[in-house]
Amino acid sequence: MKAFDAPALKLAFDTAAGERAVLDVPVGPGIQRTYWHNVRTRVGRDPYTLVCIAVLLVISGAAIFAPWLGLDDPSAANSADRLLPLGSPGHVLGTDELGRDMLSRLIYGGRLSLAMGVFPVAAALLIGGTLGLIAGFVGGRTNMLIMRITDVFYAFPSILLAVAIAGSLGAGVTNALLAIMIVFIPPITRVTESVTTQVRAMDFVEAARASGATTYAIIRTHILGNVLGPVLIYATVLVSVSILIAAGLSFIGLGASSPAAEWGLMLNTLRESIFLAPLNAVLPGFMIFVTSMCFNLISDGLRSAMDVRF
Amino acid sequence: MLYYILRRTLYTIPIAIGVSLVVFTLIHLAPGDPLSAVMGEVDQRMLAEMRASFGYDKPLPVQYLLWLGHTLTGDMGYSLRSGAPVFPMLIAAAKNTMAIGIAAALLGFIAGVTSGLLAGYNHGTWIDKTVSSAAIAGVSMPHYWLAIILVIVFSVELGWLPSVGAGSAASFWSWDAWRHMVLPVVALAAIPGAIVSRTARAAVMEILNMEFVEALRARGLSERRILWHVARNALPTVLAVMGLQFAHLLGGSILVETVFTWPGTGYLLNLAIFDRDMPVLQGTIMLLALFFVATNLVVDILQAWADPRISRA
Repeated sequence: MKAFDAPALKLAFDTAAGERAVLDVPVGPGIQRTYWHNVRTRVGRDPYTLVCIAVLLVISGAAIFAPWLGLDDPSAANSADRLLPLGSPGHVLGTDELGRDMLSRLIYGGRLSLAMGVFPVAAALLIGGTLGLIAGFVGGRTNMLIMRITDVFYAFPSILLAVAIAGSLGAGVTNALLAIMIVFIPPITRVTESVTTQVRAMDFVEAARASGATTYAIIRTHILGNVLGPVLIYATVLVSVSILIAAGLSFIGLGASSPAAEWGLMLNTLRESIFLAPLNAVLPGFMIFVTSMCFNLISDGLRSAMDVRF
Repeated sequence: MLYYILRRTLYTIPIAIGVSLVVFTLIHLAPGDPLSAVMGEVDQRMLAEMRASFGYDKPLPVQYLLWLGHTLTGDMGYSLRSGAPVFPMLIAAAKNTMAIGIAAALLGFIAGVTSGLLAGYNHGTWIDKTVSSAAIAGVSMPHYWLAIILVIVFSVELGWLPSVGAGSAASFWSWDAWRHMVLPVVALAAIPGAIVSRTARAAVMEILNMEFVEALRARGLSERRILWHVARNALPTVLAVMGLQFAHLLGGSILVETVFTWPGTGYLLNLAIFDRDMPVLQGTIMLLALFFVATNLVVDILQAWADPRISRA
């Protein structure tokens, strides 16, 4: 959680750039269609990214279709069956401290946990992306104003800011979502601004302007087309961070609350039971870990496939 | 260079003011004033008197200026729960957080830099693959989960180390205090270690591709001397990330401190949130954010020192 500052991530995630790219595919943006064709080919040859996409599809698919999977009721407590070990008959992954089926709760838990990871980033992408585009394209005083406000929010470690906002607003899923969204607006604004500024200075934008393209057309075709890729890759990293922060907020009691199924909350309530059923207590955290890692690896893979450097 | 330091330092002033505004606004986002949240249904006249004594009856801009003035002079008010002054509470908690934060930073940075250098230098070998996998696991790891696993293995199963609190020793320089620090420190070190490792590896790989490395090889330098040059060039990037990570460690220790009931700023923050103890909440967030601002300043200056090109930009 710790990990979550934009500049740090930006640098840290440079790591795999280029090196997992499959080299027999011609590199570099040619004409649009060829470029995306290449990207698809490269992703298709990258086993890590493919496996991660498959894992995420399974987890989110199971979460979405949970009611039709014939699972136990995730909130049906049964005091006779508390903390059954993994592999118990009828409860493959055991039960929790109230006798609720772990498998069912882990799958249902994916609904809230994934939503709390994805939605704040999507919302922040919309708001921060717009702000960054404006700052980068308009420049001058508008840029100054937007970027200086961003600087202030950068003065908070992300986890601290999320905890502070959620803590002030009060516990609850909505407030947690809002808090995480606010945390991610500044980094997205910053990345969008820096990419936009770079693209705006390029010759083809100048050429478009000289040939009489309207501002709208320039932004729509020339700026957006070149800015979206890097920003989306960055957003994928943020989703992995967002999942960690969201579960973290629930873990300290600021997000989802009992009896909801949510991985961070489950980890917290099962923490009391580590003496009796350590393996059950570890499971929810494992789900957080796997989903977060998949988003990280996909971001790495896309980055090298799209040959993007921040 | 001096000019750069001056300019950079002056720039922290508007940032710090902005930070104080954000913190103040946050606290007043909550419905009702801080007292009504704590007191519940009490005698209205008593509530009004207490409001006046805490200054909560004044308009918000006045409250802000009063609060800012007091905070600058080290007077952060009194806890609504215990009535104790906030500032000493904060200092005591900050010492505890610093203790595990510094230890975790040392552990994480040494492991991260060493592994990252080795992985980048031996790019593509099994060393690189092992380090890279461990690092990507590290950045994706919920560290509060790692903390729980550590407790399960080393406290519950093996019984080697304590899992709760800071021990009873008065100073950090005791065997007992150290034993209490081990697990929180390892849990905290995982993420910064992994991030520094990834950064160092990426920086080394990038530098190894530069022409000057070729030139050094052509001059017949030993591989060890070349590695030294490469490390020296990776320094500014790695320094910047280390500084940020250190600040994140201290600001983000709330989850790990909660797992271990470690009496630091994170734990204090946690208690203040659930007690709705606004002066403590405000003070803790302010202190952590200001520390973050200061760390960023120091990092930028250090970076400019390590890479003089920055201050000329």
